[in-house]
Amino acid sequence: MLHIECPYCGPRDEIEFSCGGEAHIARPSEPEALSDAEWADYLFMRANPKGALAERWCHGLGCRRWFNVERDTVSHEILRTYKMGEPRGGGSGGAGA
Amino acid sequence: MKKNKRYSIFSLLRNARNYHENWAEAWRSPEPKPSYDAIIVGGGGHGLATAYYLAKEHGITNVALVEKGPIGLGNTGRNTTVIRSNYLWDESAAIYELSLKLFEGLSQDLNFNVMLSQRGLISIGHNQHDMREIRRRVNAIRLNGIDSEMLSMAELRELVPILNLSPNSRYPVIGGSIQRRGGIARHDAVAWGYARAADDRGVDILQHTEVTGFRIQGGRVEGVETNRGFIAAPKIGVAVAGHSSVLAEKAGFRLPIESHPLQALVSEPLKPIFHTVIMSATVHVYLNQSDRGELVMGAGIDAFNSYAQRGSPMILEDMLAAAVELFPIFSRVKMMRQWGGIVDICPDASPIIGKTPVAGLYFNCGWGTGGFKSIPGSGFVFAHTIAQGEPHEIAAPFALDRFTSGALIDEHGAAGVAH
Repeated sequence: MLHIECPYCGPRDEIEFSCGGEAHIARPSEPEALSDAEWADYLFMRANPKGALAERWCHGLGCRRWFNVERDTVSHEILRTYKMGEPRGGGSGGAGA
Repeated sequence: MKKNKRYSIFSLLRNARNYHENWAEAWRSPEPKPSYDAIIVGGGGHGLATAYYLAKEHGITNVALVEKGPIGLGNTGRNTTVIRSNYLWDESAAIYELSLKLFEGLSQDLNFNVMLSQRGLISIGHNQHDMREIRRRVNAIRLNGIDSEMLSMAELRELVPILNLSPNSRYPVIGGSIQRRGGIARHDAVAWGYARAADDRGVDILQHTEVTGFRIQGGRVEGVETNRGFIAAPKIGVAVAGHSSVLAEKAGFRLPIESHPLQALVSEPLKPIFHTVIMSATVHVYLNQSDRGELVMGAGIDAFNSYAQRGSPMILEDMLAAAVELFPIFSRVKMMRQWGGIVDICPDASPIIGKTPVAGLYFNCGWGTGGFKSIPGSGFVFAHTIAQGEPHEIAAPFALDRFTSGALIDEHGAAGVAH
């Protein structure tokens, strides 16, 4: 089980959290202006790196707030956790759109 | 190098005289040639089946299959060996049924016993919603000409006497369905059988050959860079499951795939007690008893992306709780081994088979949690797609461009499993 540092509550067990997938995917500001391929890229295409990945987690059994995690997908090491809206560090994710 | 002789009762007797010390190798380990007519990347079941059908069905025998480790040690050797074709949508039914039909003749076709055991696959329901969904699926499956029946409680009790059907259990079983042609097969034998038969037709199986990049000129693939040097081919088929996104990135495009760990475990060997396969979507467990007597159980995926080939204990705990609730008789059975495989999951839980943005480069991926059962069908249609340059009609709906057109094939909860 992962040990995740919630930026609001501190370190807790993974079982309190749920993983929301890739972080930093911004909804396009003018969806009607996108081509089908661009829309597909926003909606479906995902960074799936073997290494550092920025992803969203929700502390569902705690403060119930969403935040971001940088995690290594091979070692599962959590490199960093940070609040929504804070600038990203390393890690793939949100490359499209 | 001895010739790869046909296996039979006579070859068995002949080799028994020599204490089985003179069996020929089942496949060669050749040096890579500088170029081939086609290269298959990935030595799991899907890649090996593709290479075999390229040679058998399309006469393309100048083929290399490159695999970064030994063949069959990825998800092909890590699944719970379940085979079924009870899928909801027409597109899925077509490809999984093709696969099941090929499985039914596979041991004869490959001259290798894949130990197919069509012992029946039972899906159980625990509430009214489950039962409505199971009934809907049974009807949809039957409309596609595939066997599937509802099971009453009395039939369930007769088929699986050790199943806990008490109304007092935490999630009481209230009914189910069965695909009698479903069952299990020996997963390693599928890989070895395809490898041996493909090698027999001239395919070079290159183990410990890792693809490090693609050579692409003017939007067309020219070959693969490997740790054993560059190998040229005008057509390249990639079937690498969990690592599909990694190879797609090397070829310069993105896939709608996330890689997750999926776990399974086996118990100590027991005497025969459980002769079907049971799966429950609601409490999420699927299990069978192997021919060696081990209980083989599968869990769900971890929610996060991973390439680590191991899953979280809490996922196992959930699955074991469900298994023990359904089968109290197994509560003291010791588990021997537990492992994880990396499965490639698409947003619609259906595979991607066909062309990519790079000409001459084909991908077969996204099989997610259901790859083993689809090996023969997947290899058959992927070989056609590579040989003809156009998708096989059964593969066509599974093209990558469905994510642009929106024609998704939503098999989440496919035939009664919740992942």
